Amino acid sequence: MLKITVCIGSSCHIKGSRQVVEELQSLIAEHNIGEKVELGGTFCMGKCQLGVCVTVNDDFFSVTPDTVGDFFTKEVLSRV
Amino acid sequence: MRKFDTKVQYLKYKVLREVARLAWEDKLLENLIDIPKTIVPGNEPTTRCCVYKERAILGERVKIAMGGDKNNPNVIEVIEIACDECPVGGYEVTNACRGCLANRCEDVCKFGAISFDHNHVAHIDKSKCKECGACAKVCPFTAIVSRKRPCQNACKIKAISMNEQKAAKIDNDKCIQCGACVYQCPFGAIMDKSYMVNAIDILKKSERNSRSGNYRVYAVVAPSISSQFSYAKLGQVVTGLKMLGFHDVIEAALGADMVAMSEAKELSEKGLLTSSCCPAFVRYIKTAFPGLVDKISHNMSPMAALAKYIKETTPNSKVIFIGPCTAKKAEAQLESVKPYVDTVLTFEELQALFDSRDLDLASLEEGVLDNASYFGRIFARSGGLTDAAAQAIKEQGIDFEVKPVVCDGIEACRMALLKLNKGVLDGNFIEGMACIGGCIGGAGCLTHGEKNKAEVDKYGREALEKNISDAISILKL
Repeated sequence: MLKITVCIGSSCHIKGSRQVVEELQSLIAEHNIGEKVELGGTFCMGKCQLGVCVTVNDDFFSVTPDTVGDFFTKEVLSRV
Repeated sequence: MRKFDTKVQYLKYKVLREVARLAWEDKLLENLIDIPKTIVPGNEPTTRCCVYKERAILGERVKIAMGGDKNNPNVIEVIEIACDECPVGGYEVTNACRGCLANRCEDVCKFGAISFDHNHVAHIDKSKCKECGACAKVCPFTAIVSRKRPCQNACKIKAISMNEQKAAKIDNDKCIQCGACVYQCPFGAIMDKSYMVNAIDILKKSERNSRSGNYRVYAVVAPSISSQFSYAKLGQVVTGLKMLGFHDVIEAALGADMVAMSEAKELSEKGLLTSSCCPAFVRYIKTAFPGLVDKISHNMSPMAALAKYIKETTPNSKVIFIGPCTAKKAEAQLESVKPYVDTVLTFEELQALFDSRDLDLASLEEGVLDNASYFGRIFARSGGLTDAAAQAIKEQGIDFEVKPVVCDGIEACRMALLKLNKGVLDGNFIEGMACIGGCIGGAGCLTHGEKNKAEVDKYGREALEKNISDAISILKL
């Protein structure tokens, strides 16, 4: 199981964490990998400057609503 | 720059600040006995008959600032020696009575309680008087006044009487912890117990303040904060909180968004509901209208709902709620809420915490606070919850017409509940808030002002998310 956690704290929220979450949800559905991926949220990860903060298992990534597609292909699809 | 409404609050704040200062430095137990003298140094009394009485009262304030009497389950406590034993005579004729000829007071009194002496001066027979106040209203010289204790006057549910020593006494079975008496007592003889020392302990041992700390502390702040700390920007308050050791600051308004959605659903299913956000209102129904308990929404309060979410999604977390409310202190002790909320602070106590660390908010960098929607944020003022419930019904596409009865102040709540009890309420949803104006009227606020409602609405409009569903979509992961 791949665990993706998106920061939903204030700073990341303003930088678009909702769009990132929604995009990830639709990509997961589109690729039909809902069984293999667990998407979760957490409040501040403590790296506000790098927001939107996302972790895949324990690896940290800085994602924006514009780069979420690339991130999904590179870091999620490749691991499932 | 006005920090408080009254000097009573200022005095309470000075005690809280000193207690906090010592608690941060781990010097509280050795030094707490010196706090009264730090606050009242010389030999000149400023508030009471002598400095010794002032210090004795301050000693009691220190105890309450450290959690108060452990044997008293109520979070609202009377400081007996601070109680000035105000008059309790009810309606009395003062020497402004000129012994006129009209005698309107006698005519209007339905109980025959007014008589006149040889100088035509009116007298009230207390054995006949029902305290209706009709005579006072008609007297052309306003010579008849009601001498009622401010605490009893403030306590609309009549939980305050006096003991054998004539000091105020709270009926714990009736008290709903709204804090109206705390705010109204001109001598500061009734105080809400403070759990600030617990909060400091939690913060001190957390990951941010201690090397061995293995948990993070989350501040859940009530939306009424937008009308507080007006000398600084909200973002600076957020930075200040982080400097105290909070890992993150989250809007309780997000919990309000969650609650609005499920409360709207529950309302449409049951057809009749009373709100469950205000713990004083909920307790009032439970104590005074037990037959209506099944009408109370089953939703947790926004504070509890959000705290539960944080605890369930974040391992090793602690939650401190910060708001305008004294009743929240009691709510946090309920078995159903205890696991989620570690402790509760008021804005008054937060001000003391900031100053105990010498944090000058106005000079700090601005942090950000944005988790909730417009609707979650306006919960802080009367009518906001109703607007949110109606919006949540719309957003969920539910076919139901909300007929709200918006009540602020426990008297208005009482009227609506009496009607509901008799089956003559014109409405299907009671929004009940114990404080006048809603949470912005809370006893734990630093200041209360006419602009507060406008401040809350402005803060609401600044929310990134305009809809409730958008704000909570990120939670449904």
